[in-house]
Amino acid sequence: MSELTSKTIAELRDGIRRREFSAREVAEAYNSAVAAARRLNAYTLETPDDALAAAEAADSGKSTGPLAGIPLGIKDLFATKGVDTTAGSRILRDFKPPYESTVTANLRKAGAGMLGKLNMDEFAMGSSNETSAYGPVISPWRRKDGSNAALTPGGSSGGSAAAVAAGIAPGVTGTDTGGSIRQPAAFTGICGIKPTYGRCSRWGIVSFASSLDQAGPMAKTVRDCAIMLGAMTGFDPKDSTSLNQPVPDWEDGLSSDLKGKRVGIPREYRIDGVPDEINALWDLGLEWLKDAGAVPVEISLPHTKYALPTYYIIAPAEASSNLARYDGVRYGLRETPLNGSLDGMYCATRAAGFGAEVKRRIMIGTYVLSAGFYDAYFTKAQKVRALIKQDFAQAFNQCDVILTPTAPSAAFGIGEKMSDPLAMYLNDVFAVPASLAGLPAMSVPGGLDGQGLPLGLHLIGPELDEQGVFNAALAIEERAGFTARAEKWW
Amino acid sequence: MVVSDYRLKGATGEWEVVVGLEVHAQITATASKLFSGAATAFGAEPNTQVSLVDAAMPGMLPVPNRECIRQAVRTGMALEAKINPWSRFDRKNYFYADLPQGYQISQLYHPLVGEGEIEVLVDEQDEGSAKRIGIERIHVEQDAGKLMHDQHATMSYVDLNRAGVALMEIVSRPDMRSPAEAGAYLRKLRAILRYVGSCDGNMEEGSMRADVNVSVRKPGAEFGTRTETKNVNSVRFVMAVIEHEARRQIDVIEEGGEVAQETRLYDPDKGVTRTLRSKEDAHDYRYFPDPDLLPVELDEAFLEECRASLPELPDAKRKRYQALGVTPYNAGVLTADVDIALWFDALLDSGAEPQAAANWTASEFFGALNRLDLTIEQSPVSPDQAGELLKLVQDGTLSTTLAKQVFEIMLETRKGANAIVEERGLKQTSDTGEIDAKVDEVIAANADKVAEYKSGKQQLFGFFVGQVMKAMAGKANPKIVNERLRAKLES
Repeated sequence: MSELTSKTIAELRDGIRRREFSAREVAEAYNSAVAAARRLNAYTLETPDDALAAAEAADSGKSTGPLAGIPLGIKDLFATKGVDTTAGSRILRDFKPPYESTVTANLRKAGAGMLGKLNMDEFAMGSSNETSAYGPVISPWRRKDGSNAALTPGGSSGGSAAAVAAGIAPGVTGTDTGGSIRQPAAFTGICGIKPTYGRCSRWGIVSFASSLDQAGPMAKTVRDCAIMLGAMTGFDPKDSTSLNQPVPDWEDGLSSDLKGKRVGIPREYRIDGVPDEINALWDLGLEWLKDAGAVPVEISLPHTKYALPTYYIIAPAEASSNLARYDGVRYGLRETPLNGSLDGMYCATRAAGFGAEVKRRIMIGTYVLSAGFYDAYFTKAQKVRALIKQDFAQAFNQCDVILTPTAPSAAFGIGEKMSDPLAMYLNDVFAVPASLAGLPAMSVPGGLDGQGLPLGLHLIGPELDEQGVFNAALAIEERAGFTARAEKWW
Repeated sequence: MVVSDYRLKGATGEWEVVVGLEVHAQITATASKLFSGAATAFGAEPNTQVSLVDAAMPGMLPVPNRECIRQAVRTGMALEAKINPWSRFDRKNYFYADLPQGYQISQLYHPLVGEGEIEVLVDEQDEGSAKRIGIERIHVEQDAGKLMHDQHATMSYVDLNRAGVALMEIVSRPDMRSPAEAGAYLRKLRAILRYVGSCDGNMEEGSMRADVNVSVRKPGAEFGTRTETKNVNSVRFVMAVIEHEARRQIDVIEEGGEVAQETRLYDPDKGVTRTLRSKEDAHDYRYFPDPDLLPVELDEAFLEECRASLPELPDAKRKRYQALGVTPYNAGVLTADVDIALWFDALLDSGAEPQAAANWTASEFFGALNRLDLTIEQSPVSPDQAGELLKLVQDGTLSTTLAKQVFEIMLETRKGANAIVEERGLKQTSDTGEIDAKVDEVIAANADKVAEYKSGKQQLFGFFVGQVMKAMAGKANPKIVNERLRAKLES
């Protein structure tokens, strides 16, 4: 790792401003690092010229925004004008949107450049990046056992997480529907935040499950996430679910002094089968927060155990409808069987264009919305979702922030869970409740497990209180002293 | 309420038809679509009025057009319907090439407008034929695009200009019992929409079309199984569909069969309906609340503005005209369409006497428009000009005969009545000296007829009037001619 590629966004920004190095040097360092790391399969497309152009604009003083000259990786779910946007799917191979997503447009306005598009689970459906049409991303991390087994960086923002962990992007965009920012962040020893639902515009982000999808940043540090999130968010009239709320200066508000803050520990998050190491880290995390001045409170989130099944009704239901537009008529893949009808074209296009996991979720979603099952599944799930929201609302009467583990395990090997979807879905058991409630939630590295793999701690805040989440995460970051980096093998 | 006596005779006796209509009315008051800013002009080149949202590009999101909501609310208010301050959009999922999203955004569970009612006159001439037809609901939804099958030998083309256009679906109760009632309902609904301004009611251009639900039963029995005939685009066709469907269903039942609950299409060339989809092929639309959209919440200020913006509606206008002395028939004719009613209101505003103005408008004016094949917007005579003409009749300056002449000249030259009267000396004269002179001349020249008259042949009086008028070149005041003639003949 060159010196520049090991720097944080804040360090790069300050260095470029102080002319300690040029933005061009930064872009070039990252462009070469990206090109040298293709074995990770983190990028589906490299856009070095884009990063250089933003660097030129920063060096020449044309752009002076908060991210002037910072090159970023962009998850392939974000529409980038004229640049392939495929959502990790064969059905959108070569699709070049004539528009730019609001979030990436905001980042560009802030002066950021783009290093390339990042690999991901197909349509963000997956927890290991193995459902991508481009093949899995290989985590830069390896176990200490010497086996050199290829590990997953998590998913669905797996390319994003691997890119930050491998030093081939100082910061990246991710999206989180049921843990897709936080779980990969935990697996790769980086930070990632899913803000309050509605903070980031969804306009131009390929939809998975509209009521859950939220964009967010992933980066090495809490501060970097605060800087990026500030540039990504803001009210967007083009998204009806966008929040018309002022965007605070989260970086300016960073403080690890938690005096007077109450940290909730939900008793329902003690789950059978979770490794002792993870529960031990959770305890340690609480000690760190107490050290920062916070008071622990035991809380109850009684409907937690229903969160995962609820999520796996609502998300597939919305997805089954959101993905109906990929029909071969207007863009993307089209398969026309000889003498085929319109239905024949639909079937052939969607059979060839979607992978197995996407098909599974379309089938589940179609089933739970169908006549005779709608009330038993979808309506019931909506009611449980309301109860889960209510759980959090009540809990936040007693505490200011909630601490849990991010994921129930460290990174696993590629192929280990692909044959067992239920085991795969369990990855998001701690992440999903906050998604259903639309709350801000963040993963911050806490330590390494016995195999030398990163483990994350998870902070959930009340609606719109990203600052509280950032500050608690900062307190952990300062005390955890997590400096481990994946050893370069690629 | 009037009980319909419309019956169809079958082999097993009399049958009653039960009709409900689902009218799709395009919100033409706005120039843009329900969830995008794309234009909606009729007849534009294919695919020139399509936004990224309408084409359902990845990551595109719908944003409700508030004006469409406002127009639907105003329409609901005009139909005396309950406005739901909280409503929501749902997705209706199905695959078709004219439906880019793979779902139509509609409102199933919580429509914008609830129950309402329309009063129709089944017979325009008979106020006793009034009947109230229930409205079940009005919801707002997107239209689909259009497939074109005649552009290529083996492929169909898609035109998305209509995709995403805002429609109001106005669902009636199954309250109609004859083709005539359905026709009256459609005409009245169309009139109200045009008064409100939410929809131009143009059935030829597809901005209003109806799905026709028909079933038959023995009078007083339970409802029969209904069929739905889709997308019927004229009042005449709707009436034809009801008649044909009722007859077809009666034949099916009387031959021992059962009416299948199905969707049918009308073939206007053959005058028949045929099966489009049977119940077994019916889609499972998997309706669910659209997660891209927030619920529609209407506050009191918004509702108050909608209410305040409503114009005088046909029923109220009709009553007002009648109170001014206009005959019920004329009041009906003059309020049937908003353009006519607004024209007539302007005529009244010019100071015309209501009764005479109504008679003149309904006969002279409409007669002329018909003859010249002009719509009221194309009329060469403005309401003010017509008012000027009627005033000349009222004050005795013009006889009705002269007024007709002047009106013809107005239609041709587009000049005002006063100017024409001045220019052409068409003023009626009440100068008794001049009239007396001509009366004397006529009596002197027709001594034989005078003798006959005096011996009792009273019907000759008209002859003398005609002669005098002729001698006066039609400009004599007929009342004075009558008076003077009678005086001289009977002296």
